[in-house]
Amino acid sequence: MTLLLSFSEIVFYFLAAVLLYAGLRVITTRNPVQAALFLVLAFFTAAGIWMLLQAEFLAITLVLVYVGAVMVLFLFVVMMLDINLDRLREGFWDYFPLAGFVGVLMAIEMVMVLGTRHFGADWVIEPAPHAADYSNTAELGHLLYTDYVLPFELAAVILLVAIIAAIALTMRRRKNSKYTDPAQQVKVKRDDRLRIVKMQADVEQSVGIDGES
Amino acid sequence: MHVGLSHYLILGSLLFALSVVGIFLNRKNVIILLMAIELMLLAVNTNFIAFSHYLGNPTGQIFVFFILTVAAAESAIGLAILVLLFRNLKTINVDDMDVLKG
Repeated sequence: MTLLLSFSEIVFYFLAAVLLYAGLRVITTRNPVQAALFLVLAFFTAAGIWMLLQAEFLAITLVLVYVGAVMVLFLFVVMMLDINLDRLREGFWDYFPLAGFVGVLMAIEMVMVLGTRHFGADWVIEPAPHAADYSNTAELGHLLYTDYVLPFELAAVILLVAIIAAIALTMRRRKNSKYTDPAQQVKVKRDDRLRIVKMQADVEQSVGIDGES
Repeated sequence: MHVGLSHYLILGSLLFALSVVGIFLNRKNVIILLMAIELMLLAVNTNFIAFSHYLGNPTGQIFVFFILTVAAAESAIGLAILVLLFRNLKTINVDDMDVLKG
């Protein structure tokens, strides 16, 4: 075994270290804004790791959708709420012995199972690199719009439901605001708005308009 | 040591265990709980993509695509509920959400 690491190995270990550090900071940092920013770092680093696995489309999606949208939403909410941090933090480390035990146990179990010898992961060899004109996006697009078109549509419906649910949950109607009800406007009849008045016909002495004679 | 499938799987499992610890530690703060759930999903997605890459089957990436969609919807609704909760109770402490007396 040589100690020299190839470039991709250096990148992997570096990104893995940054990812674990960011994850650790997310769960231990005091300030929720900092936690959100470290979560951004974690997502960004994970996108790098996915890029190493040649999942370019999903890596960019992770950056665009998660870093760009979901985390901004998180930051908005965190900054909008006026949180009493001292109350939230009291007894923070109380459960640490149990948590550490469970976490270390889970990690050891999974490392034992997934480790190279028992899982047989070393049989899985590094796949041959794709051709130069291979497009990950095109491949996923073909799959999404043929084999997985029904789940794709369902995902769209789920997003719609999420939009409506989020708006319906947080919409606040002021009690004293004046607004018009479109249904009432549509139901209005002629008689509600128009009143015909009978009155004496009044004949005016017409005067010729300028320029006409 | 060559970076293989098991390296990515172990990285995913470490991240998952880390976020489980995070759920234990931040049991009072709903925001950090949501963030820990996002970290868990990230770890699972990394596993999916590692398998997809090493087994040469793009279905795993499709699955990650759908997980991302559902996770985005989940966090949007979760944050909406959080805002609603804060508006009504003026707190996000899990200990204070005991009106159901469960």
